[in-house]
Amino acid sequence: MLSEVSSEAKSRQGSDDAFVRIDDVVKFFSSHSRDVKAVDGVSLAIRPGEFVSVVGPSGCGKSTLMMMVSGLIPVSAGRIEVRQQKVAAPVTDVGIVFQRDALLEWRTVLDNVLLQIDVRGLDRTAYEAKALALLKQVGLSGFEQSRPWELSGGMRQRVSMCRALIHNPSMLLMDEPFGALDALTREQMNLDLQRIWMEDRKTVLFITHSIWEAIFLADRVIVMSPRPGRIATEITVDLPRPRRLAVRESAEFGRYAAQVREQFQKFGLLVEG
Amino acid sequence: MSAIEMSGSAVRTANEAKKSPRARAPFVYGVGASLAFLAAWELFVRLAQVSPLLLPAPSEVLITIGMNFSLLLQMSAVTAAEFLLGFLLALIVGIPLGAFVVFSRPVRLAVYPLLVAFQTIPKAAVAPIFIVWLGAGMTSKVLIALAISFFPIVIDTVIGLRSAQPETIYLVRSMGAGPLKVFWYVRFPAALPAIFGGLKVASTLAVVGAIVGEFVSADRGLGYLVLVANGELNTRLVFGCVVMLTVLGTLFYGFLEVAEKFAVRWHVSARQLEGLDTGH
Repeated sequence: MLSEVSSEAKSRQGSDDAFVRIDDVVKFFSSHSRDVKAVDGVSLAIRPGEFVSVVGPSGCGKSTLMMMVSGLIPVSAGRIEVRQQKVAAPVTDVGIVFQRDALLEWRTVLDNVLLQIDVRGLDRTAYEAKALALLKQVGLSGFEQSRPWELSGGMRQRVSMCRALIHNPSMLLMDEPFGALDALTREQMNLDLQRIWMEDRKTVLFITHSIWEAIFLADRVIVMSPRPGRIATEITVDLPRPRRLAVRESAEFGRYAAQVREQFQKFGLLVEG
Repeated sequence: MSAIEMSGSAVRTANEAKKSPRARAPFVYGVGASLAFLAAWELFVRLAQVSPLLLPAPSEVLITIGMNFSLLLQMSAVTAAEFLLGFLLALIVGIPLGAFVVFSRPVRLAVYPLLVAFQTIPKAAVAPIFIVWLGAGMTSKVLIALAISFFPIVIDTVIGLRSAQPETIYLVRSMGAGPLKVFWYVRFPAALPAIFGGLKVASTLAVVGAIVGEFVSADRGLGYLVLVANGELNTRLVFGCVVMLTVLGTLFYGFLEVAEKFAVRWHVSARQLEGLDTGH
């Protein structure tokens, strides 16, 4: 059953029903008359409902890639399409989670989740029950009226996840969302994210520098080279879901991790002995 | 997860326990120090037998205020109207000007150097020109108060509007917000702590501006009364005026503090004052 799904998915890869299509995208940043090439000729198609992790060293342009998909920063060359529509302005059918939780300190936890609704001009009362349910789902019942500064880093990032989900977007963009959290909280957040994602399988672009996090969560792992960022290799992860933390100790998982590590060693990013 | 929740609520109860003694402390310390200062002053004047022409005792100043209370109130009302109007105008001009400086490059390049140049002019030196232009009435005082107090409001508005986290702005834009909504939901609230900082500095400057104006030329107001009393060697009344000015300034400042507390209770500075900072 699972292998059927994945083989069907593989056959669709590259066809026209991609949810996100990144086509030979280049990004320059200019600072003081010096141009820095951050992303160099990246092409990638993400299927609807696919969970794609992008892993790479710091400064490889993986966050820039995500920002270009969101339409919040423009491409220098190439083309990005979301649902066959060229991205030329901020994409709004999306939930974004950054490494910094970006909560508004002057709003309560509940109001931070409902910011999404307020800014979009939707009916607040219609979404309040859903916001409460989402907060409950991530273990934040009783904190609805708390201020962000009363919460721990992990709790704050849970709130920002709820904010990214409240309007039921078809795509999630996550830029190292758990990068600032301690190891234990991070593992819990990975499990929570997997559970939430499995409920309705949104299309996810997940940026991380953690090899095991990338493999644990994703259907497909994209490995990027150091700057200027190019796609070095991609690995289809064929592990049954829901995945448990212990999957990391399996031989299969180890093989996937070794493939990623091998790339990093090739770039001279990892040197042993 | 439950461990995280527990530590969160533990922090809260610890803060609630801490809150009450801290809330009492500022009041006790402030009043105590003031009383001690006044007592030392009174004692010094009486023991050293200082001439009341040089330095009247606090008790004498208090009696003088009591005897001239209606006059002092009248003059206070004039001066208060001057600096309040000047401050209000500074606020109305300063905050939008700060916003323009942040959001428009041409305005920034054109206005900012002028603004700084204008600020370096000592306002007291040009106060006589304001009187020549606008007469000895209230208008000149209001405009001097405006001129002297609007700069910190502009500067702090600029600092505040630039202080929002880039991620929050990206996020709100991904929700379909244009510049106005970004301003309303993110930039302006994020700027409020800095703006209040500017307003508090401006409030004290506005009082100075009104007095400077009255010193140059006026026929009413506390500054005017200081000059008259000084001319008559009525040092007690001079001190009485100073006390009235202090009371006015403190009330004004206090009002802004209360407004600030309501508007930006979420900010770090307010949290620390309330002893509620959890250290996150």
